[in-house]
Amino acid sequence: MTRAKRRRLIYNLITFGLVIGAFLLLQNMIAAKSISRSLRGQLVPICAWIVMAVSLNLVIGFSGELSLGHAGFMSVGAYTGAVVSGWLMNVCALEDATLRLVISIVAGGLIAGLAGVLIGIPVLRLRGDYLAIVTLAFGEIIRNLVNVLYIGTTDTGLHFAFLNRQMPEGVTMLVDGAKGAVKIKPIATFTAGFVLILVTLIVVLNLVNSRAGRAIQATRDNRIAAESMGVSVTKYKMMAFVTAAVLAGMAGALYGLNSSTVVPTQFTFNQSINVLVFVVLGGLGNVLGSIISATFLTVLPEVLREFADYRMLVYAVVLILVMIFTNNPTIRALADRLFGPVKALFRSRKNVAGGEMQ
Amino acid sequence: MIFLDNLINGLSLGSIYAIIALGYSMVYGIAKMLNFAHGDVIMVGAYVAFCGLQYWGLPPVVAILLAMVVCTVLGITIEGLAYRPLRQATSLAVLITAIGMSYLLQNLALMIWGANPKSFPLSGTSMRLGGLNVSSATLITIAANIVIMLALTAFTAKTKMGKAMRCVSEDRGAAELMGINVNRTISVTFAIGSALAAIAGVLLCTSYPILQPTTGSMPGIKAFTAAVFGGIGSIPGAMLGGVLLGVIEIFGKAYISTELGDAIVFAVLIVVLLVKPTGLLGKPMREKV
Repeated sequence: MTRAKRRRLIYNLITFGLVIGAFLLLQNMIAAKSISRSLRGQLVPICAWIVMAVSLNLVIGFSGELSLGHAGFMSVGAYTGAVVSGWLMNVCALEDATLRLVISIVAGGLIAGLAGVLIGIPVLRLRGDYLAIVTLAFGEIIRNLVNVLYIGTTDTGLHFAFLNRQMPEGVTMLVDGAKGAVKIKPIATFTAGFVLILVTLIVVLNLVNSRAGRAIQATRDNRIAAESMGVSVTKYKMMAFVTAAVLAGMAGALYGLNSSTVVPTQFTFNQSINVLVFVVLGGLGNVLGSIISATFLTVLPEVLREFADYRMLVYAVVLILVMIFTNNPTIRALADRLFGPVKALFRSRKNVAGGEMQ
Repeated sequence: MIFLDNLINGLSLGSIYAIIALGYSMVYGIAKMLNFAHGDVIMVGAYVAFCGLQYWGLPPVVAILLAMVVCTVLGITIEGLAYRPLRQATSLAVLITAIGMSYLLQNLALMIWGANPKSFPLSGTSMRLGGLNVSSATLITIAANIVIMLALTAFTAKTKMGKAMRCVSEDRGAAELMGINVNRTISVTFAIGSALAAIAGVLLCTSYPILQPTTGSMPGIKAFTAAVFGGIGSIPGAMLGGVLLGVIEIFGKAYISTELGDAIVFAVLIVVLLVKPTGLLGKPMREKV
């Protein structure tokens, strides 16, 4: 086993170990009722945000493209999940909630993945800033479209309408235009969220450490060099983008099925930025960092209520400072001089934690 | 008649987009960065003008000049504090910083002026022009757009600073070797772009008089779309793209669907980028290894 391989193995073990450990701890705390109500309500959303952050990190950190429409895929997943779950319950009369949840999440992932393919084909021909702005545009288009989407069920099956609400008699609305997805049976569970995180980690960590993952990172580090080595840039960027879209769709389905309504305004550009903050703060290309920052930044505003007003302000400052401190050569050199001795102490551990960065 | 009304509304909205797009386009052409915070500078300009008109009782022209001064200082400050340290960094890092700056401005505005929408005190008077009802704001907007474009074209073609800008946008390294102060050139670009943003903010709020901290973000994104549409880095391109986009948006809302207006605008962006990524009047760029 080479050194790089061993480092990767240790990093992956730490990541999985922490997630599984945290889950077991929380399960025990729930059983012992030593966990506050508000925190319990946050558990499933935290799982969804972790999956969002890890999947966005795949696009930004590993394939090096800034996607600003990640919340769009989440909304596709959330709506699909709500519709599929409602359809299974109302039309197919499927009583088993767990089975319904699993089917809904998988469906959410598939439809979001389909959206990812449709969006990825045009978008990934572009580069840099253009790509960012077009993903943003797609996020807004998706939000605009679900705003005028109407879906309902009757005994005979699903009914769709677009732009104007034309539904047959006796219909049960599942998606009601600007009101969003309504009357959802909240069937998401913490265990399901935990399983989804594990699936995400397995997919992302395996992809990143595979031949395809190295190709993805090569296109990030130097597009032209990678291309001249025979790496198909579009293919690998597409792979990262669609995988992230599928995962975001699954996270969206989980998130949507945790509440009774989903409205289009939940998945605005701001939400995409929120996830971006998780990723940047956790470290680009660092999966464990994304998990930790997504968890803390979701819990923190709940714990510090009075701090909530300043949350976005602080986020903004943090984004700017992190970027300047990690990218300005002068400041980096200064930081190395100041913290060099401290860093040397932690060198062996640092290598493990930062092992995934180039 | 409805058609002509829509056309004039479209031209007016498009002129506002065009003025904003000029700021985006110049900064993108010269600093090679997408200044995401540009839309929020518009909002700050509109708020300053609002305060001048509403609280301090300034005449409109003075209020607009005040807004321009504040925005110019703001633009130079943003560039110096946030973007200059990242001159050598990847475009991803700069873009994330710009998004952070956009959020910072929005949230500062939220703290200073509150979340409640304010109604802008300045509005046009309606007049009849050959059987059409036209607002004076519309005419002023369209006229301002034409004047600004002519002035900017002359500025970049004739003045020394304008030439320096063109040099920096062509090849920053070579410009530096020729003794051009790149940092100062970029600062001046930001100053001009931000002053234009202030004008655009006032014009925007005169036509659509609802002012809140997020007022600038959507027009900002659409103006960027306009800049890309017309060919980024090109002054006539920004104008053409802005006007076309405004007309498309108003016609889309009038004849297709009100709710899908934004979606139509963004669909235009995507189609343009796919068919002609350099925009209508843009020059193709070669990538050198």
